[in-house]
Amino acid sequence: MQKVKMPARDPNIRKKDFKQVNYGYSQCEMLKEAKRCMQCKKPLCIHGCPIGINIPKFIRYLAQNDHKRAAIVLRQKNNLPAVCGRVCQQENQCEKFCILAKRNESVSIGSLERYAADVTAIENSLSSITISKNGIKVAIIGSGPAGLTCGGDLLKMGYDVTVYESLHDAGGVLRYGIPEFRLPKYVLDLELYSLKKLGMKIILNTLIGRTKTVKELFGEEYKALFIATGAGLPVFPKIPGENLNHVYSANEFLVRVHLMHSFNFPHYDTPIYKARNVVVIGGGNTAIDAARTALRLGAESVKVVYRRTENEMPARKEEQVHAKEEGVEFVTLTSPVKFIGNEKRFVKAVECMKIEVGEIDNLGKKYLSKIIGSNYIIETDMVVLALGLNPNPILPSLIEGLIIDNHGHIVTDDSFMTPLPGIFAGGDIVCGTNVIKAMEMGKKAAKAIERYLKKSSK
Amino acid sequence: MYRIMNLEVIRPKIKSYEVYAPNVAKNAKAGQFVILRINDTGERIPLTIAGTNLEKGSVKIIFQELGKTTMQLASLSVGDYIKDFVGPLGHPTEIKNYDTVVSVAGGIGAAGLLPVIKELKSVGNKITTVIGARSKDLIILEEELRQQSDSIFFTTNDGTYGTKGYVTDILKGIIDEEKIGITYAIGPVYMMKAVSEITRKKNIKTIFSLNPIMLDGIGMCGACRISIDGETKFACVDGPEFDANSVDWEELISRLGLFKNLENLAINKFKHDQECNYCKK
Repeated sequence: MQKVKMPARDPNIRKKDFKQVNYGYSQCEMLKEAKRCMQCKKPLCIHGCPIGINIPKFIRYLAQNDHKRAAIVLRQKNNLPAVCGRVCQQENQCEKFCILAKRNESVSIGSLERYAADVTAIENSLSSITISKNGIKVAIIGSGPAGLTCGGDLLKMGYDVTVYESLHDAGGVLRYGIPEFRLPKYVLDLELYSLKKLGMKIILNTLIGRTKTVKELFGEEYKALFIATGAGLPVFPKIPGENLNHVYSANEFLVRVHLMHSFNFPHYDTPIYKARNVVVIGGGNTAIDAARTALRLGAESVKVVYRRTENEMPARKEEQVHAKEEGVEFVTLTSPVKFIGNEKRFVKAVECMKIEVGEIDNLGKKYLSKIIGSNYIIETDMVVLALGLNPNPILPSLIEGLIIDNHGHIVTDDSFMTPLPGIFAGGDIVCGTNVIKAMEMGKKAAKAIERYLKKSSK
Repeated sequence: MYRIMNLEVIRPKIKSYEVYAPNVAKNAKAGQFVILRINDTGERIPLTIAGTNLEKGSVKIIFQELGKTTMQLASLSVGDYIKDFVGPLGHPTEIKNYDTVVSVAGGIGAAGLLPVIKELKSVGNKITTVIGARSKDLIILEEELRQQSDSIFFTTNDGTYGTKGYVTDILKGIIDEEKIGITYAIGPVYMMKAVSEITRKKNIKTIFSLNPIMLDGIGMCGACRISIDGETKFACVDGPEFDANSVDWEELISRLGLFKNLENLAINKFKHDQECNYCKK
């Protein structure tokens, strides 16, 4: 039986608005897909899931059309299933290990997860679980995937959890980074609502280290802290012209559009430049998100310039396909060397060089070299740089006694504890990867925090 | 939500608010700023902290009605709330004894200068202050600045108060007469650029409090990036103050004008919405 395709909106219509691209399975489609699962005796898919969801079990319930039980299985391990069903890189994780993957027909685990989470979202947010509280206070710093996962798990263990967020809205990268058309904000809001109903307190507009110090937190009887401030600091390429006008970091572009609603300027106050020819540099999810966002703001042409080949792009395959359907052009094996501005310092072109792929180096990646004399110009009126992010330096620099590595990451032991007793860290501030890996760290850290608190209360 | 506890109209287009934000007040130091957003449709704008009151738990901000957001801010009254108010952001001013400090501010910059010279004076510096403005009705905090300065000079472009001319005219004279430990400058970018040209020639250490466009103010976006001694820096996390031999002023000036057209559009829409009876509902 063939894989049931995730239904999506017409590319020519969807590229003009910010509404969700994928409809999600209908019940009929869900049943068809769920029944494709072989229910392996030794399921390999579970090993591909960083947070260890019992995948065959939840799919079995779905195949029996018992979405309630399916969702219970999911939520045992996952505090944000509706988010993961949409943004996880399933093809490199659970679906990669599916026995059917060999024939390129792996079960669409992500789409099924999304179905189970979505149909139960409202029910779940209204249901009440009784947790016996132990009254011990834990502070989570940062409300992104790592923080919410760690906080959610600690909450279920009975701890009194407060999450501090520096922005004016919670969710971290899920809020400001991942676009509405991929992760509608009501989905995130429902997940947050469920967590708040469990007793999670979320305090906004509070930059720990500045608004409130770590010392003050311990003074307020918090027994442990979990630092999950993420990788907020955008990387710039250090090439001429990177500070020209209308050269943006992907973070700035996405924050303007999705957090500040600048696509709705002047009804919303944050301005955005609506460019005609956009060049996005990078090949990750952020690059694809930025490209598709630019298209939706009305760009006539959007090019994604990436230094490796399409197959090596770290972005989710589905997003690459969607972007192409919408008209985003991929320019691969190409690297920018210079941004050229007009007399008023507005960017007007990118000078690029072609890349030659060499042998595999000792890090397992193919060695890249620029082809001399291959320089050429791409005309543009807006450049978006999606070259990755460094850890946000503010909090680490304000806590004495932490160990910070050369990249700015906080160093922890195997149990996610820093050299400072009671201060734990996880997510992209410890090791930059993706949403689900951050959640995995959040989960493991929650267990470690519990062990620590039990030991210290004895 | 952050309540406006007190309001003072300093000049026709300049207001001072005391906003209830006890955590910010408790940890704020001279030289830092806040980012505020008036309501759900608002933009995030940075404002220098002009003072704090620990007893009341309040933070003082002084602002001039220049853009849409400051105009809207000015339309609020005591008891109204500001939706978001985060801070204190940026590095505080380094307070130490330099012997003699020349502090320079232009226009509304005087609001940010006051807490800085207060601290610098308290550790024994001799403070000479130069305040510039377009005209007399844009000179603010005169009494307070006098109190914190050992000597003070005023200049106005139109000669309605103090010396007619620019702060640099006075600054040149001061530099020629005495040995200066440090110059501290805050104000419009053209003024700071002119100050830098003078102090650089004389090799005087100069600290600038820079004011680029900001978005999140917590190091996430790089909207506020500037070239300092040839390196890209973020004003929000590396600054806002820079002890610099060279700031790329042309770049900063150009980046400040990035959204000029859209800003004017927002102002016109705001004025229309305020005045149009039909829109008032």
